[in-house]
Amino acid sequence: MPWIDACALVDIEEEDLVRLDHEGRTYAVYRISGEEVYCTDGLCTHEKVHLADGLVVDHTIECPKHNGQFDVRTGNAIRSPACEALKTYPARVVDGRVHVEIP
Amino acid sequence: MGLMRLITFPMERDYSLTGPERQNAFDKGLAGAEWYRTPVDRKVLKSLMKRTDWPATRDMAIWVAVLVGSGAGGILLWGSWWALPFFFVYGVFYASAADSRWHECGHGTAFKTRWKNDAVYELASFLIMRNSVVWRWSHARHHTDTIIVGRDPEIAGMRPPQLIVLCLNLFGIVAVPQGLVALARNAAGILPPDEADLIPETERGKAIRVGRIHIAIYVLVALISIWSWSLLPLMIIGLPRAYGIWLLLVMGLPQHLGLAEDVLDYRINSRTVLMNRILRFIYWNMNYHIEHHMYPMVPYHALPKLHEVVKHDLPAPNPSLWNAWSEIIPCVRRQLRDPRHFIRPQLPEGAGVWEPVRSNQTA
Repeated sequence: MPWIDACALVDIEEEDLVRLDHEGRTYAVYRISGEEVYCTDGLCTHEKVHLADGLVVDHTIECPKHNGQFDVRTGNAIRSPACEALKTYPARVVDGRVHVEIP
Repeated sequence: MGLMRLITFPMERDYSLTGPERQNAFDKGLAGAEWYRTPVDRKVLKSLMKRTDWPATRDMAIWVAVLVGSGAGGILLWGSWWALPFFFVYGVFYASAADSRWHECGHGTAFKTRWKNDAVYELASFLIMRNSVVWRWSHARHHTDTIIVGRDPEIAGMRPPQLIVLCLNLFGIVAVPQGLVALARNAAGILPPDEADLIPETERGKAIRVGRIHIAIYVLVALISIWSWSLLPLMIIGLPRAYGIWLLLVMGLPQHLGLAEDVLDYRINSRTVLMNRILRFIYWNMNYHIEHHMYPMVPYHALPKLHEVVKHDLPAPNPSLWNAWSEIIPCVRRQLRDPRHFIRPQLPEGAGVWEPVRSNQTA
C-alpha cells in the first residue's frame, strides 16, 4: 500500500484527530502527543458514525454518538456498543507531515 | 396481555421493533440516518466534552447522603405517620434520581474514570429495574433513531398517548410488573424478539446473567419481608421504584411528548425545558434535551454551557415544567381524537436548515 500525505502535524492538536477521505473511504488520523500518530478506519463499527467528531482521551477514541470506545493503537473495541475492532493502518511523521499507509 | 388491552387505546401505527413500521423506517431512509446538529466549533466542543470526576463525585455523595439520611429516618420512624415524608424523599431519590444516574453513566460521560461510570450504571439499573445490558442497547438505538417508529424502543408518548398507562405509571403500577417480568424472562434465558433485535449475539449471555442477579436480589428481599412479616425491607429495596418514580415522569415525559415522529431533526422531536437547581440536580440536567441529543458526549454538568452555545439555532426553551405541560396537555387531548396531530416547534429566524441525509441501510 502507498504512503499518503494526510496533513501537517500541526493540523492535528495533541489528543485529537482529523478525518481523512481517500479513494472513496474515510479514515481517522490521530495525534496523541508530540509525533505519536495513528490511523484507523474513520467510521465506528457499531453504527457507521464518523469518529472525527469524537473525543480522544489518552489512547482511546470515543464515538460521538454512543460512546463506543476503541484503542487507537490496536483498533480493539473496549466499550460497548462497539464490539467489532476498527482496522488500523501504519502512520508516521516525516518532516512535519503525517503520512499514513492506506489502500 | 389481555389486561393491557383493557387499559390501552388502539393505535394506528405499530410501535414494536419487529412489526411493519420497522421495514417502513428502512424504506424511507430513516434508520441510521444523519441528523441535523447545530454546528459547534471543534475547540469549543472539545472543551465541553472534557471529562472530569469532580462534579459527579460531588453529586453522588449528596445523592447517597440523602438516600442514607431519608432511608434511616424512614426506618427509625417506621410504624408512625412521620415516616411518610422520609419515604417521600427516599423514593424520589431512589427512583427518579436513579434514572438520570443510569442515563448519564450509561453514556459514559458522568465520570472521567470508566469504572465509576460502570459501577453507578449497574447500581442505578438495578434500582430502576432495568437490565443494564438490554437497556444499554435500547438507549443506543434511541439515540440512533430518536422517535423513529419501528426503530426506537423508548418512545413513551405514542399516538394516541396511552394516558391510562402513563397515569398508572406515575406509581409504577404497570411498569414495575412489566420490569420484573422482563427481568425474570431474561433470568430464564429468554430474550423476546424486541430485545433480540437490539442486542448482538455476543452480549446476550451478559443480559441473561444480569437478569439472574437482579431477580435473585429481589427474591431475597421479598423473602426477608415475608420472614420478618414486615413491608419495611421492600420499602427500602424494590417498592421505591413504584412510589418514587412520579417525578421522573413529570420531568422526563416532556422530552419528546407531543412532538413529531419520523423526522431527522432533534429540534423538531425533542424539547428543552428550563428547570430550577433542585430539579436539575435530581435530573442531572436532562432538561436540556435537544442539546443532549445533538451532542450526547457532552457530560451533564456541561449541558447548560452547551445550551448557551447552540440556543440561537433552537426553538425557544419552555421556561418551566408548568409551561411545558400547559403545551403538552391540550396536544395529547387532541391526539386522542386525531392521532396525527403534533406540536411543531417554531425555529428562530436564521436557524440552520436541514437537508435530510437519509440512510441507505437495509433491514
